Amino acid sequence: MRFWVIQSLNGLALGGLLFLLSSGFSLIFGLMRVANLSHGAYFMLGAYVGLSVLNAGYGFWTAVVAGALTIAILGGVIERVLLRRLAGRTFSQVLVTLGIAFIIADSSLLVWSGDPMPLPVPRGLMGAVPVFGVFFPKYRLAVVGISIVTAVALWALLERTRLGAMIRAGVDDMEMARALGIPVPRLFTAVFCLGAALAGMGGVLGGPILSVYPGLDMDMLPLALIVLILGGPGSLPGAFAGSFFIGFLYTFGQALFPQLAYVILFLPMVAALVLRPKGLFGARAA
Amino acid sequence: MSRHVFGLAVLLAVLPARAAEKEPVRVGFLTVNSGALAAGGRQMGEGLTLYLKEHGNKLAGRSIEVVTLDTAGQPATTRTRTQEAVERYKVHVIIGPLAAFEALAINDYVKQVKVPVISPSAAAEDLTQRSPNPWFVRAVGSSAQPNQPFGEYAAKTLKYKRIATIGDDFAFGHETTAGFQRAFEDSGGKVVQKQWAPLNVADYGSYVAGIKPDVDAIYASFAGANGLRFLRQYAEYGLKVPVLGNMTTVDEGILKNMGDEALGVVSCGWYSAAIDTPANRKFVEAFRAAHSADPGYYSAGAYTAAMFLDLALQKVHGKVEDKDAFMKALRSLDVQDSFRGPMRIDERGNPVLTVYIRKVERKDGRLQNTVVQTYPGVSQFWKYDPKTFLAQPVYSRDNPKASNLEP
Repeated sequence: MRFWVIQSLNGLALGGLLFLLSSGFSLIFGLMRVANLSHGAYFMLGAYVGLSVLNAGYGFWTAVVAGALTIAILGGVIERVLLRRLAGRTFSQVLVTLGIAFIIADSSLLVWSGDPMPLPVPRGLMGAVPVFGVFFPKYRLAVVGISIVTAVALWALLERTRLGAMIRAGVDDMEMARALGIPVPRLFTAVFCLGAALAGMGGVLGGPILSVYPGLDMDMLPLALIVLILGGPGSLPGAFAGSFFIGFLYTFGQALFPQLAYVILFLPMVAALVLRPKGLFGARAA
Repeated sequence: MSRHVFGLAVLLAVLPARAAEKEPVRVGFLTVNSGALAAGGRQMGEGLTLYLKEHGNKLAGRSIEVVTLDTAGQPATTRTRTQEAVERYKVHVIIGPLAAFEALAINDYVKQVKVPVISPSAAAEDLTQRSPNPWFVRAVGSSAQPNQPFGEYAAKTLKYKRIATIGDDFAFGHETTAGFQRAFEDSGGKVVQKQWAPLNVADYGSYVAGIKPDVDAIYASFAGANGLRFLRQYAEYGLKVPVLGNMTTVDEGILKNMGDEALGVVSCGWYSAAIDTPANRKFVEAFRAAHSADPGYYSAGAYTAAMFLDLALQKVHGKVEDKDAFMKALRSLDVQDSFRGPMRIDERGNPVLTVYIRKVERKDGRLQNTVVQTYPGVSQFWKYDPKTFLAQPVYSRDNPKASNLEP
């Protein structure tokens, strides 16, 4: 019993982190048809920025906002300056994002050295609390909470606002949206900024659990890809369900069949690609 | 006129000899400057530079020219870089590479071109056991070397009976854990649970939650950033089971970024920055002054490698060009007063050294690995007979077999 409760909570916590990472990834892919391979690097850079803000003496939540904002601006600049010039050439765009990932990784090494560094847990969230009879770290519960709040906010943004309606229109049928006079280029920038901000925020929030170290970027990127393929590109419910599904699968896979942890992780992805290319909730094939 | 000719002839005869004498010893330094292993690479560089600086960049009367090559932590690149070092830069000796899989990748090439290699880090057992390379000398211990006495210490001194292990799922994690398990069980202990975590696992939560809560201690074998991440997540769950670690789990290189979660971790290694001898205090002070950090696995390893180079060069009076004599000198080193204690190279190129059992304590506001026990003169075979030791397959995930696992 204890085992199932703890591992379920673990699955939830990892799922929460994955949602922050992959919701932006999925939105960008859904709208722009670009697999942003620098998304893992955004996640890592966000964590590093958060670390610097913390070291400068500011609080944890300031660091979260700073991480999100910095990466949002960076994402916006990259979209405007680089990706836009390659509009329509998806393959080139993907390669550029991969290049950017390497540049970010090596620059981070230069600035923050290669030493692994943990981000401190915010003061009020240290220690563990009893949940269903087991002690579980407070901070992980908070991450789950934050990811759910974020999901609701994103849902409201997409379903209840004009901007959201335009994004949905763009995901569903780009040509038609364009024909109807939706300012698609501006939409691209907005979505790219939003996705990048989510990754940056996820990086800072993940810091106290994962620490930040060179290689974090490439550890996270495959997970975002799996979630995207499972959940369906551009679908928020898909990213949400996919994240928690992978969170559980990863956690229980490791605990029950440690030798097969990665097989268990990637098999559903392969199955989804073959049997249901649209993913669980997607409108279009990945 | 005849005198002039004679003078010229003398001059010509002397010049090349002089020139040869003044030519620097070229050292190929294979390190990692990019990617996930870069922190270790940087620390190796710091150790090497410090030794050369302390000696005015001159060893055995010859100046030293270091050619630094970035292997990026990739075996294939390591192979190319080694070839570049040997064929393009014509290095006399190689210090490096960092990772065991890199060392394995160049093993055959090194044998083929016969270039002396001093390993400042790579610990894979078989490099000095079942497939020894006559051109290879290790400046650090083999993976299991400190862990075998540690297994005995855990059973006999700490009186632990049941232990759960967790480690990185790659050769270094397997070999360290295997050595610990073998000596621990030979001393009457039982390893009741073994967990392996993939090297780049995002979260140790599920492993920590899976640890049997009733064991006497947990033995953790992690490298790189993983020790830091594991101990932190371990503390997060509020587990009270004592933690034992291999050397790199609480290495000085990452200890500086740890907090209270590391306090009390008992570990084993062939070095600790807190060894209380004049030679080590001098080394640590110099290192702190130069890099404002404590030396750990990689810096101490590279510093030792430079020291080995120095001592072997002295033995052959700087004539590194005589490869066979130089290699013989290197393989027969016997140092009495090093900062790590006495060291002697055995017939397979691995040092017989002092193993330190360390405990993480806070002193003067910083964490350190206080030495609580020393085992002098430990060979890579520990108390086992080398012949029977080598007749068995190399330490691995499932060798020796864990026969005391509990469901």
